[in-house]
Amino acid sequence: MSKNKDEIIRETFDHLVDLAEFALEEGEARYLLRELNSQLSAIHQLEAIPLDEDLPPASHGVPYPQDRKQPLREDLWDACKDASSILGQAPQTEGGYIVVPDIPHTDLD
Amino acid sequence: MELCDCNALDIRKMLRDRNVSAVEVLESCLKRIHQVDGRPGALDAGEVSKEDEQRVHAFITLTAESARESAEKVDRMLTAGDDPGLLAGIPFTVKDIFCVAGTPSTAGSRILANFRAPYTATPVERMCAAGAVMLGKVNLDEFTFGSSSESSAFQPSPRNPWNPARVPGGSSGGSTASVAAGEAFLSLGTDTAGSIRQPAAFCGVVGLKPTYGRVSRYGLIAFGSSLDCPGPLARSAADAALMMNAIAGVDNRDATTASVPVPDYLVELEKDIHGMRIGLSPDYFRITFPDAQSGNYREQAVPDAMRDAVLEAAEVFRALGADIIEDVPMPNTRYGIPAYFVISRVEAASNLHRFDGVKYGHRTAKEVHELKELYRCSRGEGFGLQPKLRILMGMNVSAAQYSEQYYQRALRVRTLIRRDFEAAFDPQGKYRLDALLTPTTPTPAFPIQDVYGDSVLMQYADQLTVPANHAGTPGISFPGSLDAEDLPIGLQLLGADFTEDLLLRLAHAYEQATADAPWRKKKLRILDLEKL
Repeated sequence: MSKNKDEIIRETFDHLVDLAEFALEEGEARYLLRELNSQLSAIHQLEAIPLDEDLPPASHGVPYPQDRKQPLREDLWDACKDASSILGQAPQTEGGYIVVPDIPHTDLD
Repeated sequence: MELCDCNALDIRKMLRDRNVSAVEVLESCLKRIHQVDGRPGALDAGEVSKEDEQRVHAFITLTAESARESAEKVDRMLTAGDDPGLLAGIPFTVKDIFCVAGTPSTAGSRILANFRAPYTATPVERMCAAGAVMLGKVNLDEFTFGSSSESSAFQPSPRNPWNPARVPGGSSGGSTASVAAGEAFLSLGTDTAGSIRQPAAFCGVVGLKPTYGRVSRYGLIAFGSSLDCPGPLARSAADAALMMNAIAGVDNRDATTASVPVPDYLVELEKDIHGMRIGLSPDYFRITFPDAQSGNYREQAVPDAMRDAVLEAAEVFRALGADIIEDVPMPNTRYGIPAYFVISRVEAASNLHRFDGVKYGHRTAKEVHELKELYRCSRGEGFGLQPKLRILMGMNVSAAQYSEQYYQRALRVRTLIRRDFEAAFDPQGKYRLDALLTPTTPTPAFPIQDVYGDSVLMQYADQLTVPANHAGTPGISFPGSLDAEDLPIGLQLLGADFTEDLLLRLAHAYEQATADAPWRKKKLRILDLEKL
């Protein structure tokens, strides 16, 4: 019996994990699902707060009036001085390309 | 007194007067590290030994050789009569969430354990350009996700130098532990919900969260892009001011830095606090805790020790000529954690999508046949539980069917939190505060393993610090006293946008007024050096 209407069920959880692109052990999955639902009960406290219809969202706290914003820079490209330091980070490279396995393919009937 | 236990400003004077060399200062710090730090955090570290339990474990990577080169360069410049810079010869540590060229920059995570950054974060670059000596990278909660530093993939995780059975706090636990233990004079940390201020309170040091946009985030491995603030950890307000002089200011590589002039924080420090208006809010003397049994949330008063420390500090400020204004309402404080659960997780999920095993960092060694399998195995192996938890919650609350109910609503609650601060600090308003005085944390440092695993309880450690992150406003934590178990109690001052100078000034005045307090003479347990 779920504690609240938006409790994440296992099916939803598995879908989220699929979207998040990480493999999980079963023990991890059980811990994560439990903690997610525990956090949701904290998040539900937001629903009871009366909000005026015209209250705007704040994507960040500090405002940026004109005298605080930086001017846009010139649209000039500046070549990377040391591409090898960046490519050298990649686990597998070939001829200046990063090598990865093929993308998944699906046969269309 | 050992050199490493002095303040950075005193060391700076000694260096310039040629009473000591930069190499001698560095050697003092390295000796302290050798005495108290124990083995550095590492992957697959095995069991924690009895000796581990008595050590600080602040470090992941100690860069002693390059530190020596930097110190020698400072000494050559001083000998030649050249100006070696504002922070010349001062050893500092860097929370391992910052990219530093050529060093492992791990974020405390297996997924970046093999990552050597190809560039250096702006705040680190500025400190090194000012002549500071980088000692190395210190440990943290994985990707800064936590309030105890226990979630790091690099174990043993840091311990509290005041009592090594306790956490140092988090996520900047390595930073605060290294400064408190005398391993470094300064540290560069970050604060997203309180991750500078809370560990500063737990470890008895000064920690400043600047205004959002005051210090560049270029080179900071991102958690919450609208919340993250790099800032200083130090043993005094004056030392924090010195560090702010070096790191604050606009950066054209970070469009969110504000082009607001940077004052000389050291000059501002010494100004009179007479007539400054310091508020007390009942909303910061109440705390919320989830009840493990019922799943409900109950409100209670902050513990007496925290409340008394704040009220005594108010009396100190009153005696110095400040006006204390009581009953300042900050009614949306209690929604800080619920709103943070939503906003920070959405941003974290987005910021962590880039770690995919393709371009850098951990790639699975398993044989995989297609790209998505590469992602799943690499991310599954590389991320610990705390990043996975945040990614999943972020995706849930921003999903199309829930976005209005959770994410958009949380952003509107954020507006309410911001308005609390605007009303309190409005120069034409009812309260016209210069600062709000509060406890930093609901409790002192808790025992290791006591809270870890309960992600809700752990997050609620930040309930008194997180509102300032939502609002973008600055906040400082500074030592107030010790409790009955000799654990530090932190005091917090919150201010209006870009008033770090006022907060530092007030913290400095408090330090000066309580310089002879008996609790300031107590020794950290980790420094019981006869036992070493």
